[in-house]
Amino acid sequence: MNNISSTVRTVSIAVLTASSLWAADVTDILNVSYDPPREFYKDYNQAFNHWYEREHGGKSIKVKQSHGGSGKQARAVIDGLEADVLTLALAYDIDEVAAKAGLLGQDWQKKLPHNSAPYTSTIVFLVRKGNPKQIKSWDDLVKPGVEVITPNPKTSGGARWNHLAAWGYVLDRELGGDLAKLNNPAFAAQAADAQAKAKVFIADLYKHVPVLDSGARGATTTFVQRGIGDVLLAWENEAFLAVNELGKDKLDIVVPPISILAEPTVAVVDKVVDKRGSREVAEAYLEHLYSAEGQKLAAKNYYRPRAPEQADPADIARFPTLKLITIDEVFGGWQKAQKAHFADGGLFDQIYLPGK
Amino acid sequence: MNNLPSKDVGALENLLLSGAALSIIGLLIVLPLGVVLKEAFAGGLKLWLESVGDPDARSAIKLTLAVTAVVVPLNVVFGVAAAWALSKFRFKGRSLLLSLVDLPFAVSPVIAGLIFILLFGRHGWMGTWLTDHHIRIVFAVPGIILATLFVTFPFVARELIPLMTEQGSEEEQAALSLGATGWQTFLKVTLPNIKWGLLYGIILCNARAMGEFGAVSVVSGHIRGETNTLPLQVEVLYNEYSFTASFACASLLAGLAIVTLILKTFVELKSGRDAA
Repeated sequence: MNNISSTVRTVSIAVLTASSLWAADVTDILNVSYDPPREFYKDYNQAFNHWYEREHGGKSIKVKQSHGGSGKQARAVIDGLEADVLTLALAYDIDEVAAKAGLLGQDWQKKLPHNSAPYTSTIVFLVRKGNPKQIKSWDDLVKPGVEVITPNPKTSGGARWNHLAAWGYVLDRELGGDLAKLNNPAFAAQAADAQAKAKVFIADLYKHVPVLDSGARGATTTFVQRGIGDVLLAWENEAFLAVNELGKDKLDIVVPPISILAEPTVAVVDKVVDKRGSREVAEAYLEHLYSAEGQKLAAKNYYRPRAPEQADPADIARFPTLKLITIDEVFGGWQKAQKAHFADGGLFDQIYLPGK
Repeated sequence: MNNLPSKDVGALENLLLSGAALSIIGLLIVLPLGVVLKEAFAGGLKLWLESVGDPDARSAIKLTLAVTAVVVPLNVVFGVAAAWALSKFRFKGRSLLLSLVDLPFAVSPVIAGLIFILLFGRHGWMGTWLTDHHIRIVFAVPGIILATLFVTFPFVARELIPLMTEQGSEEEQAALSLGATGWQTFLKVTLPNIKWGLLYGIILCNARAMGEFGAVSVVSGHIRGETNTLPLQVEVLYNEYSFTASFACASLLAGLAIVTLILKTFVELKSGRDAA
């Protein structure tokens, strides 16, 4: 009986709080995030709360987390999930929230340093122990008999980085390592030829993909737990985590000579924080990501910090150096890349034929 | 009538059939259930208790119980009312209503969730009004309750409709002609007749309400410690490589399934004896 009345009380409290959340003096904020940084934000939220308590006379802030595929999370925020801050896989998904729901200004990416990306990552290969298929670079992915695991670029941010990294690799190869030729009219013919080669290469690559999961974490589980595929295209941080959590004796990381600079971006959701009165906390939360403490925790959780000198040198030593292309130099930014590659009828739709 | 050889074949067929049925049940039900329990306790009882006692897991358990505590009584009222109307009366649109009761069974739970996003989401039909009045339905507890209510609606009604139709309305008419009020008729005549069927419906409704994943996943928003129900928490933990904790939460749901099964058998026995 007591149990029933207490659950009834819980429900009425839940309903009441749901309708009174706009009240002033916030004690919590909601961070809507993508799949992989679960472990990072678990660490960071604790650190942020301690820091905030010290700075604000013991006032504590509870940061609530929601994780899922980056595109799916953006969709939920557009549909009404009240995020104070967004920490998504790529700028385009936050652009969508700005464009479709008008919850933040179109110029959001200029509000924080480094394109509003406090940490970066890249795309690497995760292979079975001992690398039995001898996969060393992008060309090896399309060798006969190699199965590649990558999520669906329509729903997963990581998958879009994977796709663009492979594409960028071919352009770089065809242009002899000089990507500036892409934007130089004198080399237009050579650039067009390189683009055509890239399209053929990616089409071939997707023929080696047996399943497209909806998110990066799902793809990792497919590769590691279910044992499907020879190589997983993964976020560097996700690859490190998988090796650590699921066995150093089962998996190896292969870093290709060239990959893409992946910039997961963060933003305050203006309309939500203004309604809830949580702007000050939300801004402090994101700015603290750039502090020595935030950078250190990012490196500890396998994200490449913007200020490596602030992080533990042992953590930094884990990141190999490789040539990193950027989305701006090769694809002209996320808006253009999204439109050309992942929009309905775009290059991905033209290329990907399921079951072939 | 049967001669000896065909009887033998019958026995063999019986053996094969029941053997097949048993192995299917063993493979599809008993084995997975055993695996869940084995994995849940793989790290020992202490780890199991820690996993179940984790703040996020406890909040998921509380939310699941709270949602069930709201949904089941509401569906009992709706279900009895619907079954009463559909079985004791003949009216225009009755067959349409009968099909509508079944609708949640026919609709995929994911679609059920999306319906509520379309209705109550920011860009939904009522989105602007709700936002202006600071009322949150989807991505909050009310949305989870609505989605669960929708998915579990048919359980009570579906259980009662055949029973009440079969019983007819003679007893009620007799009670009414003897001067009982409508309410007295319901309490003293109808309710005792349907009590076992009703209980059976409640048990099934309860089990589904606690276990619903698809519809709830769509409207939940997946906020840890706030809008994650127990089934969603199982998925979260699994994706975080916390396999033991994930199976520990799953074992709670499996435990519920076993309790449901025992209650169900008990109710069936009891109702069989009452009828006899």
